[in-house]
Amino acid sequence: MRRGEIITAGILALLSIYMMVKSSELDIGYVRGTGPGGGAWPFWLSAIMLLCTVAIAYNWARRTSPPSQSTEPVLDREGRKMLIEVGGGIFVFIALINVISMYGAMGVFLFYYLWFLGRHTLTLSLVISLVSPIAFFFFFEGLMRITMPPGMSFTAPVFDLLYDIIY
Amino acid sequence: MEILGLLANGLLVAVEPMNLGLILIGVTVGLFIGAMPGLGSVNGVAILLPITFLVPPGSAIIFLAAIYYGAMYGGAISSITLGIPGASTAVATTFDGRPLALQGRASLALVTAAIASFVGGTVSVLLFTGFAPALASVALSFGPPEIFALMLLAFATFVGLGGDDIPKTVLSICLGLVFAAVGFDEISGEPRLVFFDISGFMHGINFLVLAIGVYGIGEMLWTIDTTRGTITNSEAKMTVKGMTADAGECMRRGWKGMSVGSLLGFFVGVLPAAGATPASLMSYGVTKMMSRTPREFGKGHPGGVAAPEAANNSASTGSMLPMITLGIPGSPTTAILLGGMVIWGLTPGPRLFVDEPEFVWGLIGSFYVSNAAALVINLAFIPLFIWMLRMPFTILAPMIFVLSVVGGYAAVRDMHDIWLMLGFGIGAFFLRKFDYPLAPAVLAIVLGPIAEPTLRQSLLLSSGDPMIFLNRPVAGPITVIAFILILLPLFKVIFNKMRAGKQPA
Repeated sequence: MRRGEIITAGILALLSIYMMVKSSELDIGYVRGTGPGGGAWPFWLSAIMLLCTVAIAYNWARRTSPPSQSTEPVLDREGRKMLIEVGGGIFVFIALINVISMYGAMGVFLFYYLWFLGRHTLTLSLVISLVSPIAFFFFFEGLMRITMPPGMSFTAPVFDLLYDIIY
Repeated sequence: MEILGLLANGLLVAVEPMNLGLILIGVTVGLFIGAMPGLGSVNGVAILLPITFLVPPGSAIIFLAAIYYGAMYGGAISSITLGIPGASTAVATTFDGRPLALQGRASLALVTAAIASFVGGTVSVLLFTGFAPALASVALSFGPPEIFALMLLAFATFVGLGGDDIPKTVLSICLGLVFAAVGFDEISGEPRLVFFDISGFMHGINFLVLAIGVYGIGEMLWTIDTTRGTITNSEAKMTVKGMTADAGECMRRGWKGMSVGSLLGFFVGVLPAAGATPASLMSYGVTKMMSRTPREFGKGHPGGVAAPEAANNSASTGSMLPMITLGIPGSPTTAILLGGMVIWGLTPGPRLFVDEPEFVWGLIGSFYVSNAAALVINLAFIPLFIWMLRMPFTILAPMIFVLSVVGGYAAVRDMHDIWLMLGFGIGAFFLRKFDYPLAPAVLAIVLGPIAEPTLRQSLLLSSGDPMIFLNRPVAGPITVIAFILILLPLFKVIFNKMRAGKQPA
């Protein structure tokens, strides 16, 4: 944790510097007649952020913050496995949205989580991962009139069938 | 006495069978729309606006106002049970509502939310009835310096009495404010902070993307990591006796939050361009500041649920005030209601009270009835919400992830923002490991779009002189209080050192 805290502060310091540089693409001072320039607000806030990271590093060196005193790892083996399995699952879910539609990706993710990670029965996993996307479809497309990404063209026949029910 | 007579007539209009039916349907629909992550009262009112052309204008606005009320109640449900803010107005409810649910006290959180919403709604309706014209003129006297001073006070409450690591709290606030500045500079119209020139940043960062990322994805990753998947299901239970005890605890520990939320919420709601979201966040901060146990906030304090819930309901009534009396909407939802009134052939403004008394007082009467109906309907549905929590965690967790992605997309309709949401979720997971408070970042991204323009307008008014925030009679005291709060941690350090120095070795 101790090393992780200083690395995080370092990353945030770099982010602050980057945001200061990006902000300075617009005026960061006071412009007579128009007030503070467009970059002033984010520039000075990023500068305060940078100062905060210096203060965090100072506290880290003095070992005053709880993470700077901790000898535990940020993520142990189990934690890394969890992050890859769950975080990776969400990553694939989002990546699949533009391919097999929001509802298709949702079904795949639910099945993966319930059956593979949750160790539920095949029947329960299949029922939930089939019923939930259909329920979401009727709620969003039918009731709320919000269109979700339909994916690639091969999903059209399924959507045509469902849209026939709504309209 | 004249007002009481008009109000009695208004109540009679509200309880006419058709209007009463519309109130019950509106509140129920609003409750479920509000509970859906990414959807809020604005979606419900906008979608159902065309339906209202089938009924008289008085009944139409009563129906829409009931949806508005129901959504304000409903927003708390997913904040508490799932940890995902149902609507922007319920972000602050997540701070303490979710920890209470994780402790198996979801019933207390839900009962507190329902009672606080009722109290906030009732107080605001009384204020609305008694002081509508006077308050509208006070709100109009609030210029950019006063509004910026209020924003400063909201940030200061998080810094001064947060109890967290101060540099990390300040960093979190600044990060939220900078994210709120992404997109276009409103004055020059030039692109600003378009990270790595990715065009998706051109439309800015919607605060729901950050809120759902932090509280939906980040929170779930944190829970799974800390429990190692050992949670099978929540211990949440609900009995009539338990609910009565919860109501007692809510009144005992949440009365201060309810009082602050009701009054502050109404006034912030009245301010043009403020609305229920800043009202709820500010009320949370002020209640935490006034509490004898501020360190308990964020860990499951009923006051942390009561304050934002009383405030968002109170503000929803408050935001109707400038709409009716001046024709100025106080929130996006009231802007749609205003549009509806124009379509129905009504002219909002000071003459509305004179020209259409039945309409105005019928609406005010419907606030009273909607509020009572919302409380009863909300309490009746609590067992259903508790049942949801008792589902095995391995079913609830993927559902929350799905709701986060779908709700996030419904709010912004852009895949770029969904990727960003995942990034925020993973970022929040790591930042939380190193004790960075994330609530201030969410507060800042909500208040940023109000704070920056008011600061710039104020400095433009004073030709760059920052003393404008101290010289004005209303802005001055608020700014001084904000600075005292910001410097409070420093005073505490000096005081502790002095006390340590006086003690014998």
